[in-house]
Amino acid sequence: MKKTMNTSFACMLGAAAGVALAAPAYAQDFPERAIEYIIPFNPGGESDITARMQEPMMEEALGVGVNVRHQPGGGGAVAWAEFQGNAEPDGHEIIGINLPHIVGQPIQRDNAGYETEGFDIITWFHFTPHVLVVRADSPFQSLEDLVAFAKENPQSLTVGGSGTFSGNHLETLRMEQLTEADVTYIPFTGTGPLPAAILGGHVGAVISNSTLGVQMGDDVRVLAVAAEERLDVLPDAPTFTELGYDIVGGTFRGVAAPKGTPQERIDMLADLFTDMNETMAERQVPMGFQMTDIRGQAAVDLLARLRDQYGDFLTQ
Amino acid sequence: MDVLIAAALAVMQPHMLLIVLLGVTAGLFVGALPGLTATMALALMLPFTFAMDALEGLVALGAVYMGTIYGGAFTAILINTPGTPSSIATTFDGHPMAKQGRALEAISIATIASVVGGVVGVTFLLLAAPPLAQLALKFGPSEMFWVAILGLTLIGSLATGSVLKGLLGGAIGLIIGTIGISPIGGETRFTFGWVPLQAGISLIVALIGLFVIPELLSMMRQGRAAIDTTTGLGDGGFRFGTALRTVFAKPVNLIRSCVVGQIIAIIPGAGGSITSLVAYNEAKRGSDDPDSFGKGNPEGLVASESSNNVMVAGSMVPLLTLGIPGAPPDAVILGVMLLHGLRPGLDLFAETGVLANGFIMSMGLAALMLIPVGLLGGRLIYQVIMRTPHYFLVPTILVITMLGTYALRNNLVDVALMLGLGVVGFGIRGLGLDAAPIVLGLILGTIAEQGYVQTILGGMAMDIPQLRLLENTLSQILIVLTVAVIGWTAWPKSRRRKD
Repeated sequence: MKKTMNTSFACMLGAAAGVALAAPAYAQDFPERAIEYIIPFNPGGESDITARMQEPMMEEALGVGVNVRHQPGGGGAVAWAEFQGNAEPDGHEIIGINLPHIVGQPIQRDNAGYETEGFDIITWFHFTPHVLVVRADSPFQSLEDLVAFAKENPQSLTVGGSGTFSGNHLETLRMEQLTEADVTYIPFTGTGPLPAAILGGHVGAVISNSTLGVQMGDDVRVLAVAAEERLDVLPDAPTFTELGYDIVGGTFRGVAAPKGTPQERIDMLADLFTDMNETMAERQVPMGFQMTDIRGQAAVDLLARLRDQYGDFLTQ
Repeated sequence: MDVLIAAALAVMQPHMLLIVLLGVTAGLFVGALPGLTATMALALMLPFTFAMDALEGLVALGAVYMGTIYGGAFTAILINTPGTPSSIATTFDGHPMAKQGRALEAISIATIASVVGGVVGVTFLLLAAPPLAQLALKFGPSEMFWVAILGLTLIGSLATGSVLKGLLGGAIGLIIGTIGISPIGGETRFTFGWVPLQAGISLIVALIGLFVIPELLSMMRQGRAAIDTTTGLGDGGFRFGTALRTVFAKPVNLIRSCVVGQIIAIIPGAGGSITSLVAYNEAKRGSDDPDSFGKGNPEGLVASESSNNVMVAGSMVPLLTLGIPGAPPDAVILGVMLLHGLRPGLDLFAETGVLANGFIMSMGLAALMLIPVGLLGGRLIYQVIMRTPHYFLVPTILVITMLGTYALRNNLVDVALMLGLGVVGFGIRGLGLDAAPIVLGLILGTIAEQGYVQTILGGMAMDIPQLRLLENTLSQILIVLTVAVIGWTAWPKSRRRKD
């Protein structure tokens, strides 16, 4: 699938898909029934909680029910594969998508069951940049301290994160490449076990999402943030860029419709998610989220950017 | 002290009591349905809690949690089917009691034990949270590996018949647990190229398949007789007084089960599934008459139900003090707290003491409310099961079970896997293999693998990374315990003779 897909081409594709779209869809006749909003992760995670907040707002704005369904498994792959195989491209079925997951899994696994480009992305609605944190009493006062130690003592510094070839892992590899630090990455199953790992001293540092850095407050020191600018909620934490390393990355969360969904419906849903972001910002920005609205071509370009950034690590 | 009084007053409001009552009631019925877990119940509650203030929301979630874990006991006792993973051990003696015509008495005992467990857990949480949290932090990857190994030794003593068959079951469980994306490393294992298997075989799917389906199949085979013995007609009802005496007649068992429940509850990741199994095993080992376990000994029931309700408040220790969810349902509660701008940690108690202590107290209240709600709800469920002819009961349970399995991950493949495992489970039951060791192997295999790989990875700078497994004091204690348990299982008779 070509990445350079413009709006009109998407419309044509939708019509060509031959899914009872003889007449162009008008905003009035959509939605005509409840929206299925699939979350490919477990209850209680950041994706789930976000969807639970969006659910009542969507119901009010659309005038139909919204069913948030969990379909966890395979780091999201099971739900994404089934969605690409079976979902009707009429806008009534949407699914939560995450980056870099949907870029990484299809490269790294023999058969993840879905394709990175196999979605019509509605919008990437928020972003949590990666942070490198150590326990508050750690001898590492700065990124430089940590890097210097890791150069002198190859592999002895352990860095915990969520998952293998996940965003956290890829960011660790990138940090090693750019800083020449030699650390050992220890994968954990999800973000949940990371606070225990760092507070209990089971790992020397953690690379995780900004939300963890905010949540753990004074118990930890954030050595660097992988964002373009410092975060308002972590004003004392420098960015990697400030420290001389071009590391900007994290987890993007968004929603997608099946390939071939009419563009008007995609646009309408994208507007809705952007509107909701204003309300969500009140609660989520203090937690360490950055609200975004990356849609259309920009949303597709983001996939390409991440593939360039991490592709080498994934194919090794 | 002022904080505690203020918290108590905040919780004693009429609308709070109503929230607790409704939460416990809803949780009870969800828990009684196989496949519907506490985590799912809490996730479904989430949107409602957004409309509430922080304390109301947390109180509602705590009450549902308490009700769900307790509700799992009903189906465990009445139809030998754990409603939630935490009530696996409840089936061991609860169901034999029901078969002897003491179903309602068993429910009474389970209720009283759950209330005691719930209240004890809340007391631990109120009084000893900070030191317990420090203990929780000691459980790193290598300790988790040894916890899992220690857990696996339970198989030897849990097995009702042959130890060898128990171990075989455990090995089957270990193998089932390796299907899917590996927890560490991300490799695709044993999926045979079939995409849906990337999700692996969920614990609940295995639990329902191995426990419920064989039970339904044997009900069908035995027809009328199975149901009559299951529901045990003509008994004297709840025998609440007798039940009360039964529970408190063995205080050592009760205290031991609560302490075991509390310790396991704070180990992050071990969760509720094994709490009741460990407590049951300890009760059996500590008993004068271990052979009576599995045949309707109320002590086993008390151990299982008290320990799993200790876990509800117990797993809040690492959650409230450190922000570490001790069991899957706690992740949902953590999410709600963060959304309300509450940061778990000691600050939570210092800055929002009324809220933190109010939440904890409400769980104690929820535990107490299990008595009226549980006895009424228990009677209702009992009546329904007793009065329904088996040719309606079996298909009804089958449909509910399939719906529950589907709802778990919204995945039809899970339903097929559940039914397939059920048929296999029925077959191997005929060979004398129990479901419990298989499930235990499935739970612990994953924990052991993670702990092992993480420990070895952390030792990459050492010549022999495996030595890291032996480094910490807590690991060494766990190794000694493991050896002791194996010794006890291998030479039980000689030990008893000495006694």
